[in-house]
Amino acid sequence: MAVLEIRNLVKRYGNFTALDGIDLEVKQGEVYGFIGPNGAGKTTTIRVVLGILRADAGEVRIFGKDAWRHAVELHKRIAYVPGDVNLWPNLTGGEVIDLFVRLRGKSSAARRDELVRRFDLDTSKKCGTYSKGNRQKVALVAAFASDADLYILDEPTSGLDPLMERVFQECIAEVKAAGKSVLLSSHILSEVERLCDRVSIIRQGKIIETGTLEDLRHLTRTNVRVQTSRPIEGLRELKGVHNVVETERGVTFQVDTDELGSVISHVSRFGILDLQSAPPTLEDLFMHHYKNAGGEL
Amino acid sequence: MLRDAFRGTTQLARFILRRDRVQLPVWLVAIVALTVGVTASFPSLYPTPEERAIMAVTMENPAVVAMIGPIYGVDDYTYGAMTGNQMLLFMVTAVAVMNILLVIRHTRSDEEHGRIEVIRSLPVGRLAGLGATLLVVGLANVAVALLTGLGLFALGIESIDFAGSMLFGVAMGATGIAFAAVTALFAQLTETSRGATGLSFAALGLAYLVRAVGDVSSETLARLSPLGLILRTEVYVRNLWWPVWVTLGVAAVVAGLAFYLNAVRDLGAGFLRARPGREHATKFLGTPFGLAARLQRTSFIAWAVALFVLGAAYGSVFGDLDAFFESSEMIKMMLPEAAGFSLGEQFTALVLAVMAMFTAVPVALLLLKLGSEERAWRVDTVLAAAVSRRRLLLSYVTLAFLASVLMQGLCGLGFWLASSAAMEEPFGLGQIAAASFVYLPAIWVMLGLAVLLLGWWPKGTGLIWLYIVYSFFVVYLGDLLRLPDGMKRVTPFSHVPQLPVDAMEWGAVAVLTLLALVATALGVAGYRRRDIGV
Ligand SMILES: Nc1ncnc2c1ncn2[C@@H]1O[C@H](COP(=O)(O)OP(=O)(O)OP(=O)(O)O)[C@@H](O)[C@H]1O
Ligand SMILES: [Mg+2]
Repeated sequence: MAVLEIRNLVKRYGNFTALDGIDLEVKQGEVYGFIGPNGAGKTTTIRVVLGILRADAGEVRIFGKDAWRHAVELHKRIAYVPGDVNLWPNLTGGEVIDLFVRLRGKSSAARRDELVRRFDLDTSKKCGTYSKGNRQKVALVAAFASDADLYILDEPTSGLDPLMERVFQECIAEVKAAGKSVLLSSHILSEVERLCDRVSIIRQGKIIETGTLEDLRHLTRTNVRVQTSRPIEGLRELKGVHNVVETERGVTFQVDTDELGSVISHVSRFGILDLQSAPPTLEDLFMHHYKNAGGEL
Repeated sequence: MLRDAFRGTTQLARFILRRDRVQLPVWLVAIVALTVGVTASFPSLYPTPEERAIMAVTMENPAVVAMIGPIYGVDDYTYGAMTGNQMLLFMVTAVAVMNILLVIRHTRSDEEHGRIEVIRSLPVGRLAGLGATLLVVGLANVAVALLTGLGLFALGIESIDFAGSMLFGVAMGATGIAFAAVTALFAQLTETSRGATGLSFAALGLAYLVRAVGDVSSETLARLSPLGLILRTEVYVRNLWWPVWVTLGVAAVVAGLAFYLNAVRDLGAGFLRARPGREHATKFLGTPFGLAARLQRTSFIAWAVALFVLGAAYGSVFGDLDAFFESSEMIKMMLPEAAGFSLGEQFTALVLAVMAMFTAVPVALLLLKLGSEERAWRVDTVLAAAVSRRRLLLSYVTLAFLASVLMQGLCGLGFWLASSAAMEEPFGLGQIAAASFVYLPAIWVMLGLAVLLLGWWPKGTGLIWLYIVYSFFVVYLGDLLRLPDGMKRVTPFSHVPQLPVDAMEWGAVAVLTLLALVATALGVAGYRRRDIGV
């Protein structure tokens, strides 16, 4: 069953269309990556999903129920970490964590204290004195301390140090192992690559690509460097080969991933001495899609 | 060294002018137009010297003196004397409010939002930010002074001469500068703009109270308050300038202190330090209501105390009032006891109406906190938890409702305690309680309207303040300024029976309560369907 289902979602701010027919589906037990450039509409989508903004058209269902009408009931099963964590300057981190956990309903004191320890958070400080990363930790502890079924995280790690980033990834793994679902919006592509089962790329209010990382890789190019005993003939003319560069240590080029097989068999005829191929990183993917979809990046 | 510290002041000042290019002119025009406009209406309101003389006697009454300040030139109550007596305190207070808001906006508020940090990274001196703010605000006060002075003189009313008009304007400007300096100082002390704003308004309120008590009972005490001091200029009567010089001198010292503190402290820090707090929330802080109450605990208590003191301050003048009535044959003639009520009772009714409007302020503030929470993007996370919009909004409504009852009660209690101590034949507690609580429905109408605005037009919630000020104006000054009845009818406060003078009217009270309920219900309905944070 789909935990979160978005169909043809449209959201306008005045006459500016921020979301222009978004479709998205998060399945049970899945970590779903949601990436796209600044101002693409990720936060807007998430705020509609949470019933904070009202959709102008389309449908958002969580656990099969309408996200706007059943917001309160649904939120008992949702944990959310906002992109900009705004906290009350005169409450302490500990107070805020307890507040959120209680407002959500189910909680476990042991789990809370364990998370506070793991994220290394001083809960006796007033939120007004926290750094950005510490405010984010407050929101993360509050989210992971509640026993939710869907975690909605909007750039949750943009202020975390590498150590804390690691703790975060462990938390996601634990949540996933428990069969919970996660919607993760992020600009840290290595993080998305490591954590997410499926990814959607959004650009100017439209989803331009969706699929597993494997699926998406097929849509782009693999980087290849090869050294052969004889010069490779006709490489540039081959279908799907791009950016051929001769270096002292062989030739580097990029191959459309679905042409990889035929290109390699052509190259092998010239006596391969050394061959390295790197799958496209999410970053390559990202660039590829931005450039393709409109070209004005 | 000092030049380095102020480097970039003029550029920053220009930047501030650009940011406030709408706000500043609106303040200036509103303040000058109000002063000149009301003054211009005096000749048509009180055309004959006899009427002015009767007015003067009314103004001598200690209850009125406590509210608007001492009267000078009773024997020859010219239009000028009238202007100074009836307008100066109000206008000076309005200018003080303008200064507090402007200074906070460009100092602690900017700092809190991290906007000063970017500027500090540029080749700009440490004191340039504060310097530019005080420069711009200072110029605004000079503009207030000149425009008001010239505007009043341009009316061409015989007793409103050039010397008096300029002094009137300068008195406003000087008090403005003094409050700008005081606010600049508080902005250094606290770490948050809320704290600084609270302290500054508390200082203004204290100045008003000290003046009220002082004007009635002790000249020395009155002069200790900047508001009391500036009234000692006796504009249009004796035109004394020394209070202006003293005010400006004190302002310079306070501003110097603010600059000193600004220079020695860290960016973002204050001198009233935050202590470490609880690691766990108390039981109480686990519901939207608990949160609403916890967030506003301090201001709730502060307002409760302030209203109690305000009630007591008004009550305390009643001792002098008796003596005053005894001595004044004219008052006795003017207001014969035909209605069967003493003057004391009539003034009680007016004072309670005024206090009810003061109570409406914290009630609306407590509710509209939800709007400022939304603007600070803190409502999202609460709604993302299992909290319905209705429950969230009704938590704030409940808190405001409780405040209305409690604060009206405290205000009335303070009034009763002080007046019983001062009077020979005190009022009954029940009498005062009834006269106080009968205003609750009118306060609830204000609360309902605030909910309505928040639900449908959150950008317009400021209108509630305009409405409260308007109500204050027509109820309190309506009779004095002989405003048309139609103007009075559009505020809920004028429909409340003024106990003990009027008879109880359950009908009016019921209609107001119903209006409040309908407005609240509509507001909740709107809040449930609109976007949050747009
Ligand atoms: N309240 C608003 N009024 C008008 N336009 C808005 C509002 N909020 C967002 N937008 C616009 O909607 C678009 C989508 O914004 P959104 O915040 O969803 O982007 P995002 O993908 O989260 O970006 P980022 O990666 O920077 O967080 C942007 O062009 C933004 O300017
Ligand atoms: Mg965003």
